[in-house]
Amino acid sequence: MSVEFLARLQFALTISFHYLFPPLSIGLGVLLVVIEGLWLKTRNPLYHQMARFWTRVFALTFAIGVATGIVMEFEFGTNWAAYSRYVGDVFGSALAAEGIFAFFLESGFLAVLLFGWDKVGPRMHFLATCMVALGAHFSAIWIVVANSWMQTPAGYHVVGTGLSARAEITDFWAMVFNPSSMQRLSHTLASAWQTGAWLMVSVGAWYLLRRRHRDFALASVKIGLAFACAAALFTLATGHASAGGVARHQPAKLAAFEGHWETGPQSPLYLFGWVDQETETTHGPSVPGLLSWLAYGDPASTVTGLNDIPRDERPPVNFTFQLFHLMVAVGFALIGLAAWAAWALWRGRLEGSRLLLWLLTFSVLGPQIATQAGWWAAEVGRQPWIVYQLLRTSQGLSAVVTANQIIASIVMFTAVYLLLFAVFVFLLNDKIQHGPDDADLQPTGKHALGFGGSS
Amino acid sequence: MNFGNIDLNTVWFVLVGALFTGYVILDGFDLGVGVLHLFVVRRDAERRVFINAIGPVWDGNEVWLVTGGGALFAAFPDVYATVFSGFYLAFMGLLCALIFRAVAIEFRSKHPSPRWRAFWDAGFALGSLGSALLIGVAMGNIAWGVPIDAHGEFAGSFPGLLHPYALLMGVTTVALFAMHGAIYLVLKTEGELQAHIRTWVNPLIITFILSYVILTLATLLYVPHVTEAFRREPWFFALVIPVVLAIANIPREVNRGKVFYAFLSSCAAMAGLMAIFGVGNYPYLVYSFPFPEHSLTAFNAASSPRTLGIMLTIALIGLPVVLAYTVSIYWIFRGKVKLDKMSY
Repeated sequence: MSVEFLARLQFALTISFHYLFPPLSIGLGVLLVVIEGLWLKTRNPLYHQMARFWTRVFALTFAIGVATGIVMEFEFGTNWAAYSRYVGDVFGSALAAEGIFAFFLESGFLAVLLFGWDKVGPRMHFLATCMVALGAHFSAIWIVVANSWMQTPAGYHVVGTGLSARAEITDFWAMVFNPSSMQRLSHTLASAWQTGAWLMVSVGAWYLLRRRHRDFALASVKIGLAFACAAALFTLATGHASAGGVARHQPAKLAAFEGHWETGPQSPLYLFGWVDQETETTHGPSVPGLLSWLAYGDPASTVTGLNDIPRDERPPVNFTFQLFHLMVAVGFALIGLAAWAAWALWRGRLEGSRLLLWLLTFSVLGPQIATQAGWWAAEVGRQPWIVYQLLRTSQGLSAVVTANQIIASIVMFTAVYLLLFAVFVFLLNDKIQHGPDDADLQPTGKHALGFGGSS
Repeated sequence: MNFGNIDLNTVWFVLVGALFTGYVILDGFDLGVGVLHLFVVRRDAERRVFINAIGPVWDGNEVWLVTGGGALFAAFPDVYATVFSGFYLAFMGLLCALIFRAVAIEFRSKHPSPRWRAFWDAGFALGSLGSALLIGVAMGNIAWGVPIDAHGEFAGSFPGLLHPYALLMGVTTVALFAMHGAIYLVLKTEGELQAHIRTWVNPLIITFILSYVILTLATLLYVPHVTEAFRREPWFFALVIPVVLAIANIPREVNRGKVFYAFLSSCAAMAGLMAIFGVGNYPYLVYSFPFPEHSLTAFNAASSPRTLGIMLTIALIGLPVVLAYTVSIYWIFRGKVKLDKMSY
């Protein structure tokens, strides 16, 4: 196996595992702010109990997110040294900003969020919760900005030639607001909100199925579902905007997403299908003109097909097509499920429908599958480039690293991550089975009831 | 922001050094607590005290490493690329150690089974020990010099990184962190447990001093470019005096019962040691041995002046805020460890 393939495999493995957790932290972070805000406003101890329970879940996801996140920062240098030299001037500043503005914020205030319930006043604790959520969002901002620069580079110029060529920054804000960064950031955050929201809905639905912790479960489903509905629609809107951006700035990627070969107006959209890269055709049901309309708002507009992209600049088409369609399908399924559940809740039929409760219990998998598929589609769809039309992935490798070294590290990461995943699932299940703590209905310390409000 | 004629390369040499110094001082005591975890206490409640002593702060402390690495990537991409790809297996080991240290803190007390706890105790201790050792070995290699070829690529091998000088630096780092961690633990504990940990402090100080003396002798005898830096700028010796005084002050303050001052002395000593390391190596970030002309310096391996300026703006905005809330959070969690239901 080639060094390039192994290095990509290792990166895919470690980033995919890592990215199971940050969306949960981002989504649950917002929900913790909402729940704790409700507790402070209403003084209803149920919200205090919820805040405590979901904080414990948050702590678990955050810990694994941190532990696996540090790997990513090392990997740019270990596996992609030539890439690091090429982009360091541009990419590095975004990464350093992430450390200073985001990671310190979330990890510092996390201490108060987790251990400060009895040490600081309710307002200070709420501030800490807000800062942790804000820090989680900041970290998404900077890393998505850096990744978007790799998709649509801007605000730079290339200095030097051959092996010593590198991109240098000319305009910091043009780099930050490169053509795809805001579209991709909003889409990433929307999907992260869904990831947190559906976890909350899922746990609530499970308790309703088991007829346990009814008040807690209903409140979790209601809050989680309200957030999930809004986030699901926002995911759709930002996803549409993002795809429009891909059409304009990365035509090869859009063509691969859609299995689109022939440049022209009235371009069809394949609902699902199979791409045969040998014969350069796509099989499956399609709607004529829909791709043109979705990409540019007009069925008569021209969408570039893969036949107009040089063969050595095409991504793996079928793989990208399937990943993209999987993401879209799951996204629409979640919108449908959210609508159904909201309707059932409004009509008071939620608890009576075991099928719906079962679907909601498994809904937690939906955003995880969609975010993974979406990231894979975005990254595989950029191939063969590591920085779009500037640097090929094969040129970004570390010159001194051998296949055996990468294999050794892949074996290590696989073993460690399997262990972590098993422990995570075991402990998460343990927390869910244990359920909310009844003692948390009597808040202690400075949160104790009796000052103002009802009790 | 326009920084005029400021030598941004030297500024970033100092700032990257400052971020790693912050890491060594702060995560140094976390890792030190981990190194002592298996040997110093055996009862479950005592081990929980050890973990909860660093529970609220270790995560923020590790961010200094992440930010230092990010700053190195941004300010000196060639150094980041050469060192991280060159030290491949060593850094993979470091990552493995840091992962186990981190998750062990979170996982250990979540399940009552003694075997579960013994497993994560080992993960915590070995993860901390491995991290401290590998950080020291990496620093030892930077001081000693590593082979760099004409393209700026690492030209050595993994076993070549494990030479006696680097290992000695690794052992010294473990001893330093263990000493630092023990003082921190004295600060965070009380009663019998505190008295027990106190008996470990002096032996750990002596161990550290012995290994540091041997390391210094080895540096003087075998690392000419560092010695040369001191010969050229004799005022560098002015840094050595406060470090010696700070270390000598530690047992004195512990015996007077002023543990917080002992801890501050330990922090000051570590800052001084890092400063000596920095001035001894400046302007080299990676000294190339045996081809000194291929060395990576703060000038030939840096990003463009524009990027260094942008980053300085970011640092000037961000770091004061970071320091302010870091100090507040340490203030909130001051005092002795009390185990409650939110504890690890």
